[in-house]
Amino acid sequence: MPKLNLVEAINLALVQEMEADDRIVILGEDVGVNGGVFRVTEGLQKRFGPERVIDTPLSESGIIGTSIGLAMAGMRPIPEIQFEGFLGPAYDQLVTNAARIRTRTRGVVTCPITVRVPVGGGIHAPELHSDSPEAVYAHTPGLKVVMPSRPYDAKGLLISAIRDPDPVIFFEPKRVYRSFKEDVPEDEYTIPIGQANVLNEGTDITVITWGAMVFDCLAAIDHLPENLSVELIDLRTIWPIDYQTIAQSVRKTGRAVVVHEAPKSVGLGAEISALIQEHCFLYLEAPVQRVTGFDVVMPYYKLENDYLPDSSRIMRSIQDCLAY
Amino acid sequence: MPQKTVYQARIDYLQILDEQGRLDQTLARDTLCDDDVRFLYEQMIICREFDEQAFKLQRSGRMGTFPQNKGQEASALGAARALRRGWDHIVPYYRENPALFLHGLPMHYVLLFWMGDERGNAIPAHYCINPLIVAIGTQTLHAAGIAWAFKMRKEPKVVLSFFGDGATSTGDFHEAMNFASVFRLPVVYTCLNNGWAISMPSCRQTAAQTFAQKALAYGMPAIQVDGNDIFAVYKAHREAVERARGGGGPSLIECLTYRLGDHTTADDARRYRDPKEYEVALARDPLIRTRKYLESKSLWNEDLQVQTEKRAKAMVQDVVQAALRTGKPTIDSMFDYAFEQLPPEIIRQKQTLRTDSIGQDPQQIGLRTKHREPHHA
Repeated sequence: MPKLNLVEAINLALVQEMEADDRIVILGEDVGVNGGVFRVTEGLQKRFGPERVIDTPLSESGIIGTSIGLAMAGMRPIPEIQFEGFLGPAYDQLVTNAARIRTRTRGVVTCPITVRVPVGGGIHAPELHSDSPEAVYAHTPGLKVVMPSRPYDAKGLLISAIRDPDPVIFFEPKRVYRSFKEDVPEDEYTIPIGQANVLNEGTDITVITWGAMVFDCLAAIDHLPENLSVELIDLRTIWPIDYQTIAQSVRKTGRAVVVHEAPKSVGLGAEISALIQEHCFLYLEAPVQRVTGFDVVMPYYKLENDYLPDSSRIMRSIQDCLAY
Repeated sequence: MPQKTVYQARIDYLQILDEQGRLDQTLARDTLCDDDVRFLYEQMIICREFDEQAFKLQRSGRMGTFPQNKGQEASALGAARALRRGWDHIVPYYRENPALFLHGLPMHYVLLFWMGDERGNAIPAHYCINPLIVAIGTQTLHAAGIAWAFKMRKEPKVVLSFFGDGATSTGDFHEAMNFASVFRLPVVYTCLNNGWAISMPSCRQTAAQTFAQKALAYGMPAIQVDGNDIFAVYKAHREAVERARGGGGPSLIECLTYRLGDHTTADDARRYRDPKEYEVALARDPLIRTRKYLESKSLWNEDLQVQTEKRAKAMVQDVVQAALRTGKPTIDSMFDYAFEQLPPEIIRQKQTLRTDSIGQDPQQIGLRTKHREPHHA
């Protein structure tokens, strides 16, 4: 079984799905000749030709708007937005059109597109290259939002996203694009959208996170005393959210910490805390904790590591929650 | 260092049938035959009647906001006539009903849409008509995408994309024009310049002399036509459609027409429109001109006018009655099209019509509610 990093696993999924389905086209800025600025689409244009791996003008609304038209006409476009900070110009097409078209035509016209977007901070990139806007899109009815953290999950989730009959925003945590390799089966497999993964079973406390923060949480758990038993949930899909897995875990542990890179207020941490009190109120031993980015504009990279939650902040929160 | 002209351009204006109903025989050659014109004029009468009855429905409180189409019939019909019905694709906004009806869309759909019912946008695929759209300008990119799919699959189909003068101020219009020309997509962009975007005259949408010339920046052929002249609109579109079908890429056609109604029934144009301008526009009504032409050829008379109006009235009344008889959609339908497969949370909301928690989840029954039956166990 080959050992692949996140970039290679995504590339493999794209190759295999494009081989299997000639309705699939990839379009975006620098995705063809250059193979994408992170090389995620490396080699694809050579393999499938410039008609299927298309370098577009610098035009995010154009990329998403034409992808919607392609999907309306029966194609399966996979647009790439180069960085999450550039989703802004495409927001209108995603929210006004992609998300609503099935409802507003009572299912006659649909929009099966998979929007690939590198996301998150920690790579010392320029301004607007380090944000975490997943909650914005999760709060838009009609969109699915996915964020795998590991190569194995990325391949299976991307295949599910491509085959999904509705629009999916597929966030790729760029900080861990090449941070490690793991076994990724050559054969095609899917991981259902909407299923969280219990990465680490435990009985004392539940930690819920996703994306690159999974690895900061793992580091925090490693530094905790060995007699503490921490259950770590990698959400993998932001929406539809797998509240059953969360509820099952918190009913067992009675304590929960939510960790995300995005700002704290009005974010997914709030949503998950609300879900926990809805489903587990009588089981809770302590208030739900949030360890998140601050409610400020993502700083330039000199301060980005001061903004991002790290293992020591996560560890302290776990300990506070356990001591309550 | 040399200084020289590297690019020069001009924009043509085309009129074939003038305000008095006089036809330029040379320019009209190989365009519309007399039977076509008569048929299209009948369509204009039917659409005008539809417009009036829809307006009255709103005024009598039986329908929500409605945007009248009147004044733009020749533009919509001339453009749509140049397409192959049920084969080529129309991407409308919401002020070109005559084009949609010409391509077979039952009027019922448009009424239902403006009556606040999504079923009005559930247009069966065989009509090759996109849903009406309210988000100005965004549909021009969908038109490019659909045309792109046709091109990729080597289907010799053309997309006709309608939008108003206001839409040319949006970024999406420019991105669409750019994609369409860079990738030589088989799409015709038709700007229905009716002089107004709600209360803003077209001179507040552009400082350029024409909207057509915006195409020049994208290396795209363009023409401005008299949009109340069914011959000119048809001829320009037929050329553009043939060019697109032959692999020659997109075109932009500016139809100079006039919005004879208010923006919508929620608007009152008397607040901002010069009554003299309106008088001039009324005299340029495409129905007057087309009728004059037909009468000059002895193809029309007062009797035919009365009969056709009567027929149109009865036809539209039937559609209106059917629409009024159409009940509310089921509440379930609000949930059913969120996704093809509903996630558990939406299923729960659909089944309980509640978004609260206590009482729905047996594990959440507290001390004081324990004696009660859970609402949905």
